[in-house]
Amino acid sequence: MISIQDLHKSYVTGNNSLHVLKGLNLEIKEGEFVSIMGSSGSGKSTLLNILGVLDDYDKGNYYLSGKRIWGLNETQAAITRNAMIGFIFQSFNLISFKNAMENVALPLYYQKVSRKKRNLIAMEYLDRLGLKDWAHHLPSELSGGQKQRVAIARALISNPKIILADEPTGALDSQTSLEVMDILKEVNDQGITVIIVTHEHDIAALTKKIIRLKDGVIGEIITNGDLQNYRNRLTQE
Amino acid sequence: MFDLDRWNEIWHALAKNKVRSLLTAFGVFWGIFMLIVMAGASNGLKNGIVEGVAKFATNSCFMWSQQTGEPYKGFKRGRQWNMESDDITYILNNVPEVEYISPKNFGSRMNGGPNTIHGLKSGAYNVKGDYPEYIKIDPYTILQGRWINDMDIRDKRKVCVIGEKVFEQMFDAKENPLGDYLKISGVYYQVIGVIRPETNININGRAEESIFLPFTTMQQTYNMGNMVHFLAVTAKKGTPVSVVEEKVKSIIKLRHSIAPTDVQALMSINIEEQFKQISGLFIAIGLLTWIVGIGTLMAGVIGVSNIMLVIVKERTKEIGVQRALGASPRTIITQIMLESVALTTIAGYTGLSMGVGLLELVSKIIDSQPKTGNEVFFRNPEVSITVAVAALIILVLAGLFAGSIPAKRALMIKPIEALREE
Ligand SMILES: Nc1ncnc2c1ncn2[C@@H]1O[C@H](COP(=O)(O)OP(=O)(O)OP(=O)(O)O)[C@@H](O)[C@H]1O
Ligand SMILES: [Mg+2]
Repeated sequence: MISIQDLHKSYVTGNNSLHVLKGLNLEIKEGEFVSIMGSSGSGKSTLLNILGVLDDYDKGNYYLSGKRIWGLNETQAAITRNAMIGFIFQSFNLISFKNAMENVALPLYYQKVSRKKRNLIAMEYLDRLGLKDWAHHLPSELSGGQKQRVAIARALISNPKIILADEPTGALDSQTSLEVMDILKEVNDQGITVIIVTHEHDIAALTKKIIRLKDGVIGEIITNGDLQNYRNRLTQE
Repeated sequence: MFDLDRWNEIWHALAKNKVRSLLTAFGVFWGIFMLIVMAGASNGLKNGIVEGVAKFATNSCFMWSQQTGEPYKGFKRGRQWNMESDDITYILNNVPEVEYISPKNFGSRMNGGPNTIHGLKSGAYNVKGDYPEYIKIDPYTILQGRWINDMDIRDKRKVCVIGEKVFEQMFDAKENPLGDYLKISGVYYQVIGVIRPETNININGRAEESIFLPFTTMQQTYNMGNMVHFLAVTAKKGTPVSVVEEKVKSIIKLRHSIAPTDVQALMSINIEEQFKQISGLFIAIGLLTWIVGIGTLMAGVIGVSNIMLVIVKERTKEIGVQRALGASPRTIITQIMLESVALTTIAGYTGLSMGVGLLELVSKIIDSQPKTGNEVFFRNPEVSITVAVAALIILVLAGLFAGSIPAKRALMIKPIEALREE
């Protein structure tokens, strides 16, 4: 699904150049449930943006579903995102003047699905996330957890292969965070690859694989079997 | 472009941000409203003046005598002189370009106090002596009876034609004035006709408040000899009035021993020239209207562009989200451009309709006023359909223009930058 070799990414601001990713290698297979961890500024969001075809990279290879992502123009990038990827953000990023249903339906608008049809599908997704009764509410009338569920529904509606979530629980309390993780697990159970960025260990421990970024490369990969082990180690740290 | 769904989306975006949309729209609304109202007003002025003078023979000129301005042939400067009846016959025989020539004399004036009596009623009117030809130059509607004819002139009949006001004031409404007598400055004249002027042009007082005698009758009863006060001349088709004017003037000067270079002895007005000047004035007013109107409109459009820019900035995040969700740059551009076009067009159309509505209203009010004979130099303020359509096309283009800069700006927003957490 995702195959990355020797990925480099620098940010250039004025005369300064900040080398964030320094020859990173990574394989993620279809249906995996992965969390990316690392200290602040280690490049987690940077990596996720590249994975999501939101940003480009300087050097190396990134294959998504066997296709190399390189030198795409904005239109091609948009098509790739629309067809392959669902995004979930820490601050939800719902469109404030659209109600929940319209927000969920938005990706289908870009696929030129008719209003009636896409609203119908959006209602199905809202129903699945237990938000049917909130369909006609504006984001400002929803709680954080509800907003994130709307955002998840929006990420799911275009039937993506991958869900990318940057700190999806960052703005939620622990109870709501667990609910959201439950939903993401269900999503993953349906075969969709889920990749989340988080710096909360409990959240990361709910995924099946933890990737730790360190010094611009992958410092450690902890897989399913080691998770219990990992949890113990955390408590010691 | 005609994707209903897209328009739905645009309508949503605009309607959900009402205040912003309204503010943006107002500049354009005002621009087009002003343009239409000003264009209509200048048209109204034009229509009013054209209607006021339209029936007047534009191929005409008028002349009258004054003291001489130069010594000539032994005569001193400042000599009093007059045109004479013989001049008319001479001109008719010697200037083939002349179409009509009509002398006119002035008797007692209405501001000289009451001069007309009918039974117990009396009034003050302008008394004029005219030729049959005069109504071919300055047309009158004959309400009753007839206008002066050749027989009246030849026989110096004691008859008169009266203006509409004279009839209303000197007779009862149901009274038949024809055949009745008016005593004017002590002499009885039989009324042969009642007229209403068709133009707003007045020579020595308003026609509806005037009494017209046969020219020769006036010369006789007022002891004017063969003196001529005033001359109206029209040129035959194809001859410029100025040519006829010059020919007639030089003949008259020659016949009365006036220096050919004397500019004050024989004054004249060339209506054709006056008309040209008025037309020039209208062209200038029209031009000004468009310059000011388009200027205002441009200001409105720039306002739209500016506010759209602010909107794009405000909506950076929204645009970032849309792009993350797979909106192509094209979708974003068309969205912003169409929002801008929709705004300008709706605002412009509203301005257009309200402008036209206002003009209609003014037009109705003016039309509903009774025609008092007062100079209403304002009629049918209107804008042509071409102007309206042109304005709408300009608006759509303006909207596209106004949207293009913010749209470009929106494209430069990278989704990641828009989405970065603050
Ligand atoms: N657009 C940018 N321009 C310049 N520098 C940037 C840009 N985006 C990120 N950086 C820098 O790159 C480094 C990595 O940023 P990134 O956002 O990937 O970190 P992160 O691991 O997500 O951190 P956090 O846990 O705080 O979200 C940071 O030092 C950051 O300041
Ligand atoms: Mg981050």
